[in-house]
Amino acid sequence: MLKIEGLTAEVDGKPILNGIDLEVPAGGIHAIMGPNGSGKSTLSYVLAGREGYEITGGSVTFDGIDLLALEPEERAASGLFLAFQYPVELPGVGNALFLRTALNAIRRHRGEPELDAMQFLKVARQRMQALSMPEDMLRRGVNVGFSGGEKKRNEVLQMALLQPRLAILDETDSGLDIDALKIVAEGVNALRAPDFSALVITHYQRLLDYIVPDRVHVLMGGRIVQSGGPELAQQLEASGYASVQAAA
Amino acid sequence: MTAPLHTGAEGFLHRFDGLRTRLPGARLGWVQQLREQAAESFRAQGFPTRRAEAWHYTDLRQVADAGFDEPLSILGAAKTLPAPHGAWRAVFQDGRFRDDLSSLDAAPFVAASLAAGLGTLEDRLGALARPAAEPMAALNTMLFEDGLVVTVPAGVAGGVLDLLSLGSATDRPAAFHPRHLIRLEAGASLTIIETATGPAQARYLHNPVYEIEVGEGATLTHVRLQQESPRAFQLGTLYARVAAGGTYDNFTLNAGGKLVRNEIHASLDGPKATCHMNGAQLLRDGQHADTTTVLDHAAPDCASRQTYKTVLSGRSRGVFQGRIHVHQVAQRTDGYQMNQALLLSPEAEIDSKPQLEIYADDVKCSHGATVGEIDADQLFYLRARGIPEPKARSMLVEAFLAEAVEVVQDGAARAALEAAVNGWWEAAA
Amino acid sequence: MPAVTETIDTVQSLTEGTYKYGFETDIEMEFAPKGLNEDIVRFISKKKNEPQWLLDWRLKAYAGWLKMEEPLWAAVKYPPIDYQDAFYYAAPKAGPKSLDEVDPELLKTYAKLGIPLKEQAILAGVEGAGESPADSGRMPIAVDAVFDSVSVATSYKERLGKEGIIFCSISEAVQNHPELVRQYLGTVVPQGDNFYAALNSAVFTDGSFVYIPKGVRCPMELSTYFRINAKSTGQFERTLIIADEGSTVSYLEGCTAPMRDENQLHAAVVELVALDDATIKYSTVQNWYPGDAEGRGGIYNFVTKRAQCRGKRSKVSWTQVETGSAITWKYPSCVLLGDDSVGEFYSVAITNNRQQADTGTKMIHVGKRTSSTIVSKGISAGRGQNTYRGLVRVAPTASNARNFTQCDSLLIGDQCGAHTVPYIENRCMTAKTEHEATTSRIAEDQLFYCRQRGMTQEDAVGLIVNGFCREVLKELPMEFAVEAQKLLQISLEGSVG
Repeated sequence: MLKIEGLTAEVDGKPILNGIDLEVPAGGIHAIMGPNGSGKSTLSYVLAGREGYEITGGSVTFDGIDLLALEPEERAASGLFLAFQYPVELPGVGNALFLRTALNAIRRHRGEPELDAMQFLKVARQRMQALSMPEDMLRRGVNVGFSGGEKKRNEVLQMALLQPRLAILDETDSGLDIDALKIVAEGVNALRAPDFSALVITHYQRLLDYIVPDRVHVLMGGRIVQSGGPELAQQLEASGYASVQAAA
Repeated sequence: MTAPLHTGAEGFLHRFDGLRTRLPGARLGWVQQLREQAAESFRAQGFPTRRAEAWHYTDLRQVADAGFDEPLSILGAAKTLPAPHGAWRAVFQDGRFRDDLSSLDAAPFVAASLAAGLGTLEDRLGALARPAAEPMAALNTMLFEDGLVVTVPAGVAGGVLDLLSLGSATDRPAAFHPRHLIRLEAGASLTIIETATGPAQARYLHNPVYEIEVGEGATLTHVRLQQESPRAFQLGTLYARVAAGGTYDNFTLNAGGKLVRNEIHASLDGPKATCHMNGAQLLRDGQHADTTTVLDHAAPDCASRQTYKTVLSGRSRGVFQGRIHVHQVAQRTDGYQMNQALLLSPEAEIDSKPQLEIYADDVKCSHGATVGEIDADQLFYLRARGIPEPKARSMLVEAFLAEAVEVVQDGAARAALEAAVNGWWEAAA
Repeated sequence: MPAVTETIDTVQSLTEGTYKYGFETDIEMEFAPKGLNEDIVRFISKKKNEPQWLLDWRLKAYAGWLKMEEPLWAAVKYPPIDYQDAFYYAAPKAGPKSLDEVDPELLKTYAKLGIPLKEQAILAGVEGAGESPADSGRMPIAVDAVFDSVSVATSYKERLGKEGIIFCSISEAVQNHPELVRQYLGTVVPQGDNFYAALNSAVFTDGSFVYIPKGVRCPMELSTYFRINAKSTGQFERTLIIADEGSTVSYLEGCTAPMRDENQLHAAVVELVALDDATIKYSTVQNWYPGDAEGRGGIYNFVTKRAQCRGKRSKVSWTQVETGSAITWKYPSCVLLGDDSVGEFYSVAITNNRQQADTGTKMIHVGKRTSSTIVSKGISAGRGQNTYRGLVRVAPTASNARNFTQCDSLLIGDQCGAHTVPYIENRCMTAKTEHEATTSRIAEDQLFYCRQRGMTQEDAVGLIVNGFCREVLKELPMEFAVEAQKLLQISLEGSVG
């Protein structure tokens, strides 16, 4: 489904990604772990198409389509969803309006009918209950005044509504207490399906207790230096990144 | 010497006619030309009136209507000077340099009288001042008689320099127009603590113009303590230009004078330059104090911070006008300005005009302005803890001012300020 | 309101990037001779069959105007206006004697402008078609339609008359309620208040008149729809609204003009009077032709709007959405005379392409415990220049007065400008004023966030801009707010690369 080959990228002339090779098959849940500054967030932004990252080499295909040639909204419409590490605040923009606009943009792209306000509310309420989100979060400005946990839950809510085919979770676990972590994990697990893949980016192994990955990759210095099964995460937790560094 | 005094702009123009061959630089063509052009500007503009937008809240009629004479050229004996803040000191009496009272010889920078060294200043005098736009700068250029010229060589840490301006009590009020030129070369630093004062009964007009150049990566801390005689006028116009990576840090305390204006034009000319403009105005009786700042962001990635606080008692009137102008090239500008006033009297008035003028899109600029009286809840809280009302009030006013004073980083400068603020309080109480 | 009934479909057809109301109506018109002089003033007064006192009042204003100078302090630039090169009176020939006789061309015009069909029926005098709000499931809106220099129709007059409410053109009020007009005209905005107000006082041709009697809550929104149609014509309307003790009214105005490459002058005066416990809510969606992308043509909108809160506990709230006009010069103000009176100003102003706006408010606190709120949102795009200019003045008498001001500017693109010029003058110790202003652009991360969720760049900008304006838009009557949101988006078209 997602195929990354020899991807290199720079920020302000400084190389951050130094040749990433990674393939996530349909239905696969892969984790990317790595210390701070290893290029984890850069990878997620490059995949989602944020400006300010210069791709200097390599390729990324999503279902065989050249992902890097698409605008961010085209990537979203074709099923790529990025759960932001730091969800952005949009003052004055009601969360409900935002979610409905996004959902309808993507439904339009899929050739599905748009939802009117009433239909949308019905769907949104269902999803929110599942995530134990209070309903007033729909009325508030997008992420404005949300606690860290609320922001992350709002990301998962968006993911549940937009039903992506590839979800990239960029340190979604950071700043979450254990209950919130479980809720987020349940949200992701609920989407599990043969044609749903996820790339779970995290610093700690904790999240992976709840979202169990098929494969774990270690990202260091802008490269994947080691790959393995879920046990690799445990190993990292026990002996730290330094051990990988020594081995690499 | 008892001829009637001419008043208004006429009086000064008349004076210039009489003095043009005797003023410093009379034999230097370029100085003459500067003075003549300034005289033309001043003749055309006259004293600014309230119709001029920049002078909307400050009426200069009482200055214009007073007749001023030349300062007496006979200098008195050494006075008791205030205790110095630093190692170096430049003293001016009625706008003229007092070599005998100054101590500059051992300084790691060059500092000298402007009148004495005019011949070498063609590239500096008038480089920043705009007599055609600012009438008080025109008046200064037409009639300046002296001033301080400071040059801190590249990389030199200049320490603390006291600049003292003394006004005299004379039979007829005098007007003096010093011109100070300050230049910090790349990487240099200097702290100037300036005190302007005069005897309680003295009536005079102190009309200084500053031209300040802060070189690349240089840092100038400039504290101005305006403690003029309660009958005096001070109308200062300051121009500062800050090069890439440089910092100009200005704090102006307006505590004295009958009518004063502190006008600052600062331009951030190179990337990553910084300017702090802060101040406090402590006013009572019939005082009128005006702080007017114009901050030009003319290069990208610059930051500016302004905090001005005004405390008004009696029939005083405070004015704050602050304009931040962000030019199109000045992307990623970070500008902030706050001005706050505390009204302690039903007869006081505060006028405030904070302005943003922005032509670049990637900017973060904000300003705020508040006016109010002492917070009743806070006052009650203090009194409920047993603090008598007058003390409680002064504590709250001090707390209000502290915010402005706290931003001054330089230790000597801050100590000087705190002393001046406390002094004002004690006198007011 | 005209545009109120816009459905999403019609608005989508607008996204072609053209000014939707730019058509011209071909109708036989009567003009005064071109130019301005005392005879023109007399001509207008005579056309309107005015009493002598009003002609004298106009002539006095005209004499004063001749001695005045055009104000130059606003941050707007335009070539000198030749006041002799315009028509000061232009009216459809044979104005209707009754609603039945409204010219079909005019009806078509209003249909095209989107005035609700049922109201059109009312405009044409078909009784009953729109009288019952239950038919359409929405509150009716009474409309006074001003076409160039004259009011061509006013709807719901009779229905409102049952409550004692007077809603008619000001020309009609001069005939039928001269005592009220004479009592209030020029008492809020004196003839010589400023250059444009003086000009308006001399040559105003029509406008709306509203009187709400004591204790009456006006049962429907009142509105005036201003249309400039004729070439080389200035529009000088005069609106006067009086809310008597304990009454309440909500009033809306909208305005459009054809696309032309000449500049046309619109210099209106609006006077509001609120007596004890009265409330006036005045909303404007200003969509005059803004000129083309190069700045050719467009309306010069030089308007004086002022309210006096004369009564205790009276309240006036101005809400404006300014998207049109080549130049806007406008400061809807409140003079808070009555104790505990309240003034509000909520504004969104957009300048795109070469548009210039210098707009804001004045809040003059005189009465005790008066309070005012100012919320201004300026958006600059293209080469637009947008200035907030506002005055908050607190007199020594206004003990415990309060003001809160919030001015935010948003810049879209690096060729535009956003300026904030507040004047705060406080002479009262117990008063409290607070002013906050910010300037920023749409953050890259906000745009990226929206696009990552599938929105196009343009939709994302629209969403964020509407969020930016929310505090103001929520003050508009609901249907107006929907329209305004769409207008904002359309006004910004082509501004994002």
